[in-house]
Amino acid sequence: MSADTAPVLVLDDVSRVHGEGETEVVALSHASLTVARGELVAVMGPSGSGKSSLLNLAGGLDRATSGRVVVEGVDVASLDARGLAALRRRSIGFVFQDLNLIPSLTAAENIGLPLELDGWSVRRARSQALDALDRLRLRELADRYPDQMSGGQQQRVAIARALVGERTLVLADEPTGALDSHTGEGVLKILRQRCDAGAAGLLVTHEARHAAWADRVVFLRDGVVVDETGTAPTADSLLTEAR
Amino acid sequence: MSVKQGLLALLAEEPMYGARLRSEFEARTGGTWPLNVGQVYTTLARLERDGLVEPVGGSDDEGRIAYRLTAAGLSEIESWWLTPVDRDSTPRDELVIKLALAVTAPGVDVQRVVQAQRTATLRHLRDLTRLKSRASDEPSANDVAWLLVLENLLFAAEAEVRWLDHVESTLSRMPAAAVRRASAVDAVAGPSDTPRTAAALPKGARA
Repeated sequence: MSADTAPVLVLDDVSRVHGEGETEVVALSHASLTVARGELVAVMGPSGSGKSSLLNLAGGLDRATSGRVVVEGVDVASLDARGLAALRRRSIGFVFQDLNLIPSLTAAENIGLPLELDGWSVRRARSQALDALDRLRLRELADRYPDQMSGGQQQRVAIARALVGERTLVLADEPTGALDSHTGEGVLKILRQRCDAGAAGLLVTHEARHAAWADRVVFLRDGVVVDETGTAPTADSLLTEAR
Repeated sequence: MSVKQGLLALLAEEPMYGARLRSEFEARTGGTWPLNVGQVYTTLARLERDGLVEPVGGSDDEGRIAYRLTAAGLSEIESWWLTPVDRDSTPRDELVIKLALAVTAPGVDVQRVVQAQRTATLRHLRDLTRLKSRASDEPSANDVAWLLVLENLLFAAEAEVRWLDHVESTLSRMPAAAVRRASAVDAVAGPSDTPRTAAALPKGARA
């Protein structure tokens, strides 16, 4: 498989069990999933179905009890804590519902931070950060602090940070949380555009309307993947023809 | 509503002949309701009979006759705008009937019925979202009409998914005996095979 077609994220028969014996709780049971470049996959399911567990495992924030988690060809289990932290900095971006940006840093500094932590010079990190902002047409926000931006702007900056530099995998957990529907839609549109431009995205949401931006939806119940909406887009319905 | 109100609404703007009425109607309703020109002329003939429209002069060089509203037609359409759509006559929804039957029919795995429908509806929602995301940032008036129609379909699909979620969660809270009764015949591949571990999850471990 060439680098372009190899999946960015592979979960292969992954389980996560907390505790043991009578107190054993299965958060995720034998879940398998791949996300390729250019693909946005949504994860849906009721509360307690294992959505966040799956996302944490995919992002190397938690380790699987059994099964393999592979990011950019690297088996996460083979990495020590330092290797894992480096993988997260270089390959994986997170967008959470809140607490996304550091208040004392500007947008550009927030975006460049993971690169600086990875040993880049301040100047190079800034230049990459500005590139990331340019790609999302957010250049004018570069020198603003989080409290000088709207919620929607902050969340867009968080997406820019999630995909700065060479990062290819963006993991988003209810990224439109407190935003109104129009602003939330703008955030999803940007996520979609970044995936169309070659990133791989995994989006946890309980809103069907948000999941609709993904190429397919993985449905979890009680820690088990119960369904997938399939990879092939259906014909664009009769509506386009009727138009 | 019928084609009748649609034509009256268009004629309230200016006189038009049949072919133009047809193309305007389709363009402004986002193409969701295709008409044939015969339908348009039959309707115009009825409207003329009922005194709601009248021809404007004779036919033009191409034999077309334009129509305009009469005072009665104008009053008819003005009252139509403000009359709420009657929801009591909503057609029966096959999905609602299917699920109602599934819940009470022995041997039907309702969870699978719900899941199959949700998968299909989510796909539909995705396709609608793709169409919408292609829409221009500076839409024309007709584009806006099309977008509103699209949004209506999006909201309907979204509501259906939410309702299916609700059905699922309601059934999962039903007493086990009731669920078992409903899925007795399907015991081999039924919902009892699905681990129900999440119910035991401590709060912090929940998704």
